[in-house]
Amino acid sequence: MSWRSKSAAVCLKDLRLEFRTRYAYSALIMFAVTTLVAISFTLAGGLVEADIAASLLWIIFFFSAMTGVSRSFVQEEETGTSIGLKMAADPAPVFLGKFLFNAALLLSMAMLVVPLYLLLFNLAVVHVGGFLVTIFLGLVGLASAGTILSAIAAQSAVKGSLLTVLSLPILLPLLITATNATRTALYGGHLAGIMTDIAMLIFYNGTVLAASLLLFEYVWNE
Amino acid sequence: MIWKFLLGAGMTAIIAASFLYVPAIPGFGATGETARLIIYHVPTAWVAVLAYLMATVYSVGYLLTRDARRDRQAVANAELGTVFCLLATVTGAIWSRAAWGMYWNWDPRQTSIAVLLMIYAAYFVLRSSIGCADRRARLSAVYAILAFTTVPFLVFVVPRVFPSLHPNLGAGSERVSAMSPEVWVVFLASLVCFTVLYLWLQNIQVRLQDLQAKRLLRSVD
Repeated sequence: MSWRSKSAAVCLKDLRLEFRTRYAYSALIMFAVTTLVAISFTLAGGLVEADIAASLLWIIFFFSAMTGVSRSFVQEEETGTSIGLKMAADPAPVFLGKFLFNAALLLSMAMLVVPLYLLLFNLAVVHVGGFLVTIFLGLVGLASAGTILSAIAAQSAVKGSLLTVLSLPILLPLLITATNATRTALYGGHLAGIMTDIAMLIFYNGTVLAASLLLFEYVWNE
Repeated sequence: MIWKFLLGAGMTAIIAASFLYVPAIPGFGATGETARLIIYHVPTAWVAVLAYLMATVYSVGYLLTRDARRDRQAVANAELGTVFCLLATVTGAIWSRAAWGMYWNWDPRQTSIAVLLMIYAAYFVLRSSIGCADRRARLSAVYAILAFTTVPFLVFVVPRVFPSLHPNLGAGSERVSAMSPEVWVVFLASLVCFTVLYLWLQNIQVRLQDLQAKRLLRSVD
């Protein structure tokens, strides 16, 4: 089996499991929707300022990602399948497969949450392309950092709560950039500003992915 | 042994000089009187960066050699880096209060340094939540390296979003040219003394941890 087919196999295995239980997806959706509705309800239909609207979206994304991604390795430990997985594949394909699954999970969550967000907060997007690309890159970044950090957190004593603590400082550059780009896309700033932010997100994702691929071996193998 | 006395004498001289000998620097703050703080602020920030860099280097070393001593060196540096980072944050906040009227206003430098502190707070939380020594060393080394790769982004990202008021000691700013020779002498001496102090503290810390590790091993036998 090649590297690529191994990664795909890991990703498909997780997708199949997820389709059976829908555990992660439903937890993710419920979290995101409850947060959205709660905020929208307290605002009672009032208009939201640009800064706040953009930060809200990324706060919701960040915490939903933490909810969804945290399961990816804990589940392997709980069901005792991690040893089998270690024997079946090299570290890098396992990381890539898990990362692809997490990215797919977050993107499918966004397909539901983003329209709801625009509708509830009564927002019209000015730069649609920039908005979509920012969300895509931001979620891919959340998935890549989230995957390796959840592998680390899964081996500690306080699995769930640790992931958020580990993730926030590492993901802050991404969250600041994505919030900035979202604000520009929603309220119509200079398109050049979005382009710089998008370039920054691409570099950030590339750096985190490369570092994760190199480091995952040390997390995965005892 | 003699160098410890030299360091003590040097530090005493620097503290005295910073109050008595260093003149005000026009261009820093309203009167330039508060600018004497750079004698402490810049060296502590420099040592914090140096210690954090060394913590990352030792983390890489640990993953390559799996030598427990490298892990102890990484922790000692992370701890010292955090102490000096807090000192730099506090001295910076004092200056910020004198120059801009508030201790904390999320200036880009303050944001970056707060994130640095958060990274290492998370690092210590991670270490405390893993019982097994090998696993703790391995995972915290990975985290330290991963976090370090994202720090450069802060330097680029944050100033684009929040405009900075922080004076720049980089080349070509007219403020640095306002630093008189007296300031330079004390400032450079302070840099040297703080660096030596850091090396000494690190040495003590690593030796202490080596002894503790030895005692642990002996209690197992």
